[in-house]
Amino acid sequence: MTSATPTLLSPVAPAEAPRSALSELSQETLALTKRLFLQLARRPSTLVAGVLQPLIWLVLFGALFSNAPEGLLPDGMSYGRFLGAGVIVFTAFSAALNAGLPLMFDREFGFLNRLLVAPLRARSSIVLASVLYITSLSLVQSLAIMGTAAVLGYGWPGGAGLLLVLVTLLLLVFAVTALSLGLAFALPGHIELIAVIFVANLPLLFASTALAPLSFMPAWLGWLAALNPLTFAIEPIRAAYAGQFSLAAVVLEAPYGSLSSASCLAVLAVLAAGLFLLIRPLLDRKLS
Amino acid sequence: MPEAVIELKQVSKRYGRGDRAVTALQELNLSVPKGSLYGLLGPNGAGKTTCLRILATLLAPDSGSVRVAGLDALADPRGVRERLGYVAQEVALDKILSGRELLQLQGSLYHLPNGERDRRIAELSGLLGMEAWIDRRSGTYSGGMRRRLDLAAGLLHRPAVLVLDEPTVGLDIESRAAIWQVLHQLRDSGTTVLLSSHYLEEVDALADRLAILDGGRVIAEGSPTELKTALGGDRVTLRVREFSDEPEALRVQALLQGCAGVRQVVVNRSQGYSLNLVVEHDGVIEQLRRQLAEAQLPVFALAQSRPSLDDVYLQATGRTLMDAELAVAGSRDPKAERKQAMR
Ligand SMILES: Nc1ncnc2c1ncn2[C@@H]1O[C@H](COP(=O)(O)OP(=O)(O)O)[C@@H](O)[C@H]1O
Ligand SMILES: [Mg+2]
Repeated sequence: MTSATPTLLSPVAPAEAPRSALSELSQETLALTKRLFLQLARRPSTLVAGVLQPLIWLVLFGALFSNAPEGLLPDGMSYGRFLGAGVIVFTAFSAALNAGLPLMFDREFGFLNRLLVAPLRARSSIVLASVLYITSLSLVQSLAIMGTAAVLGYGWPGGAGLLLVLVTLLLLVFAVTALSLGLAFALPGHIELIAVIFVANLPLLFASTALAPLSFMPAWLGWLAALNPLTFAIEPIRAAYAGQFSLAAVVLEAPYGSLSSASCLAVLAVLAAGLFLLIRPLLDRKLS
Repeated sequence: MPEAVIELKQVSKRYGRGDRAVTALQELNLSVPKGSLYGLLGPNGAGKTTCLRILATLLAPDSGSVRVAGLDALADPRGVRERLGYVAQEVALDKILSGRELLQLQGSLYHLPNGERDRRIAELSGLLGMEAWIDRRSGTYSGGMRRRLDLAAGLLHRPAVLVLDEPTVGLDIESRAAIWQVLHQLRDSGTTVLLSSHYLEEVDALADRLAILDGGRVIAEGSPTELKTALGGDRVTLRVREFSDEPEALRVQALLQGCAGVRQVVVNRSQGYSLNLVVEHDGVIEQLRRQLAEAQLPVFALAQSRPSLDDVYLQATGRTLMDAELAVAGSRDPKAERKQAMR
């Protein structure tokens, strides 16, 4: 022991009785989540753009179609009210679609290796942190849009309605996050990932009931829109905004039959679960 | 010899498949004694990084066994990760985080309690001379400061074994000295340190023991003194002119080869046809000068030295470390390798 600071550098064996797996799991997951929020706080442009873009849609499209012909929308609903649900869903959707980007950068710049040499309790902490981060981010952005829409006079869902809106958004965000995380591991680099995000974004919006009802669309587009996951999120939310909270009430007359809010939510839940199951082998392989 | 803290047995690793497969390690054996500062010396492409990535559990070998700190790295990788600090060849920091934030994250990934974590951060940033930088974003750091932060991250959880991949490449003198000093202190306080390097001076000056790696195998192993003594004799570099030519060099070689006490004469084509000799003792030098004078050959320069690690490498491979380094320069495709290594 010739060193002037012998205790500073001397090794210490890991504790004989480590803390519970659960507390270690939450420690590592929270730390990873915190990092993502720090990145966001230092680069708030994604947050701002994520709110600004839907806001512009809301204002511009609302104005564009404010003189839409009578009867375009059921029950003489104003276009602004109609559009609100679509823009809220679009906000959550675009935010969740970006879930894989930080992970992709970590793969590319070697930061992931730093995480993989650490004695993580479970490597799914890395995935879990991304899900926590993107879920809260997209919900916050959606709430910001909902608030603005309310100020613009497009309404606000009541207590039960709000719950329905949040559950619907949550299911959609889970599904899209799983998709994006899967892409982040399947694609070779961030350029490809950004390209996929860019290409997927707008067509999914237009081929949904966000901007116009099914009755307004040509048959082929109606079919597409009636199969689009965004539609399954938009319709229950639109119903909630219209004061319709009953899960059994029919919210969409699809070409293949009538759908209730409950069936829309069930489709989203199955989609989310299915996508997580689908990407699991990929994540296991890449993180093993 | 004390027990081995790192033990690789018959470890092989290839990258890619079929015709394009590259063999990185060939039945490599390595044994690092507890408490030593051990050097892994070898030219670019020798397999150093591959070896260290296997120890860090980032890479699984195709065959062979790997033990670190008494644990089987293939059966209990998590146990190994708890006991090992790894400082990679390429520093991967999150530019947007401050040094402190990165270390806090690192502490949580190693499950340190917050109090201890913060104490360690204060200690290590003091020790590594980075207090002035610890709260700035790491994107603003110099190369030396990035390395120090990376080293602090590797040391945060007080590992029994610290593994560093070419930790001083491209560093300013001050940062290099700071890192060397810490490595010495670590060894003195009981940590086993394994570092790779292609600088033989570095390994010579730092390491208690070393293995010379070439083509994915260990070609020599021992303490620097042992290795050099085993070679025996003194090295002499002779230039009859500043720039000689091949016929003249061969003539001088033939002349000196027969001298008593001269063991070996090699023409070094890459160094202006100078001659590298191994002589048995000092007296031989006088003899050489006389021989050259008799043959009416000038002496532009004659330098004598004890054998160096480069001579050990030369003896085992037939080329100098520098030549080996130059031979692979440009033949590797770092981009393709990074893609291949990406998860
Ligand atoms: N990811 C990779 N893909 C393909 N070949 C690789 C990869 N990494 C290393 N190699 C090859 O394996 C050999 C050993 O490389 P490496 O372990 O990086 O050696 P060193 O660290 O001593 O320079 C080299 O021939 C190198 O080109
Ligand atoms: Mg290397």
